[in-house]
Amino acid sequence: MIRFVIKRILSIIPVLLAVAIVIFTILYLSPGDPIKLQLGDNYSPEQYQEMAKDLGLDQPYIVQLGQFLYRFFIHLDFGKSWVMKTDIATEIFSRLPRTFIIAAFCCLLQIVVAIPLGITAATHQNGIVDRLCILLAMIGISLPGFWVGLMFILLFSVKLNWLPTSGIEHWYSYIMPIVANALMGIGSLTRMTRSQMLEVIRSDYVVTARAKGVPERTILYGHALPNALIPIVTFVGTHFGRALGGTVVIETVFAVPGIGYYIMDAVRKADYPIVRSGVTLLSLLFCIVILIIDILYAFIDPRIKAQYERGGTRKKVKTSGKGVAANA
Amino acid sequence: MPNTDAAVSGNKNLPAARERTWKDSSFGSVVVQFARNKAALVGIILIFLLILMAILAPVLAPYNYTAIDPIHANQGPSAAHIFGTDSFGRDILSRIIFGARASLGIGIGSSLIGVLVGIIFGAIAGFFGGVVESLILRICDVIQSIPNILLCILISQLLGQGLFPTMIALAFYSIPEVVRLLRSSMMSLREQEFIEASKAINCSKFRILTVHMLPNSLSSVIVSFSIGVGMKIMNSAGLSFLGLGIQEPMAEWGAMISAGRAAMRNAPHVVLIPGIFVAVVVLAFNIVGDGLRDSLDPKLRR
Repeated sequence: MIRFVIKRILSIIPVLLAVAIVIFTILYLSPGDPIKLQLGDNYSPEQYQEMAKDLGLDQPYIVQLGQFLYRFFIHLDFGKSWVMKTDIATEIFSRLPRTFIIAAFCCLLQIVVAIPLGITAATHQNGIVDRLCILLAMIGISLPGFWVGLMFILLFSVKLNWLPTSGIEHWYSYIMPIVANALMGIGSLTRMTRSQMLEVIRSDYVVTARAKGVPERTILYGHALPNALIPIVTFVGTHFGRALGGTVVIETVFAVPGIGYYIMDAVRKADYPIVRSGVTLLSLLFCIVILIIDILYAFIDPRIKAQYERGGTRKKVKTSGKGVAANA
Repeated sequence: MPNTDAAVSGNKNLPAARERTWKDSSFGSVVVQFARNKAALVGIILIFLLILMAILAPVLAPYNYTAIDPIHANQGPSAAHIFGTDSFGRDILSRIIFGARASLGIGIGSSLIGVLVGIIFGAIAGFFGGVVESLILRICDVIQSIPNILLCILISQLLGQGLFPTMIALAFYSIPEVVRLLRSSMMSLREQEFIEASKAINCSKFRILTVHMLPNSLSSVIVSFSIGVGMKIMNSAGLSFLGLGIQEPMAEWGAMISAGRAAMRNAPHVVLIPGIFVAVVVLAFNIVGDGLRDSLDPKLRR
């Protein structure tokens, strides 16, 4: 088991390095000269040279890349902004909590709303309630989050004057961004929960439990749900990782000074150190979230756990075939 | 092991000795199954109508979609302008009709690019295995580690703005998904008897790959294509909203939402209407994708 964990942790290092190199290279090759953008129209060649030297842009590609990787991964030093000259790491880490709050509460809202909806739909399969749940879920998936955000502003801020349009001065400023951002995930999680529950309800051990006369409630929450939860946990976790990077649009709608808003602002100003450090950091967080889920998964699911323990200590247990197939 | 001819003739001896019609072919049965699903049928009709609207845009649009008329700016819906006018006084209905070209074009185009590239690499990975496979999968890992929308932003930064760069930017992150889908179905196909049989009768590798394996692994890709089109229309609207993607004066639904934001308080219809169109088209593609999944998966058939 420990070997699996260590192996899994080591496996993300090359991926992250590649991610950082890809991001750096895309920005390096991007058209548009950041030096010209800063100097404006009137500048002498000397000024240009000086600026290039100042920003480290006179160095060859490989040196710049090496410096970026070395500073980012060894020192967690993201450099200084080209435009504002501020320390990027300080800026990013002061903004990260806001993005984190949005992403975390988004997931929480999804769990609280979608899982009960999904279970209700599954237990009333093909009935009116089921159809209604599916329809609602489908609509949730199809609504663009940023547009819903704008509609929320129109309704709750402009018409009803209940909530502030933008910024994060109060705790309730977060309500609209979180709800608007969560709708799509609520839809897909409802569908996911429903199909998982249906699959489990049809399985042999649920039939056996019914035949034994186990009460329907116990079957549902004691037998079916825990098994259906395993893929749901993966889904929620992956969604959280995505949400961290995906709040760019919703942060723009509500002017939430989070990391996505910061990156987007830097993209417009061609302030590439911010963009590359920000995107690499978000990818790193995403990888770590996935890593944690993978490890948790191995601990929760006895089939996977058994597989690794068998591999480690060579117990004389005949491979059941089913367990291996489930993880192949 | 019975040879394939025997298996086919075995079908003819079944008690129900009715004539085989087109409905019994694999394609026909999918069509029949799909047509039973009312919601999916509505979805596909809606998609056809929208595509028709995009193609016939110059005929259908009542006004020139770029014609600026500052006197009639931000007007609500009226008889002259069914959907009202935007902040430049342009007719919103005409812009919606022309915007269908960009929105549907980007959605369908980028999904096609993503699916085609994904199929090629997925087939290579699934068929050859070994080093090639792990290399392709590692590249997929890298692409998937960067959050979608950020990857789109980076690529449109690299390629510039406009129709085609936006398509590529959106296509890019869907490639790994298709690669993985195709690879896993190829892997399970590789072990099946009819592939073994084709090998035994000395089919060339290329023939096995293109004639026997690809058609059998396409169903999951088709579903992911249909759902992908909806997602991409939504994401392209998101990109345009951020100021990337499609630029003025070209009409695109996401860009229209973004442009209407400033005047939202006084003229909510400028934001409301394009958003409804995005939602409806995404809903239609999702429903069709769902219907396709049900009719393509033999396990779900009744």
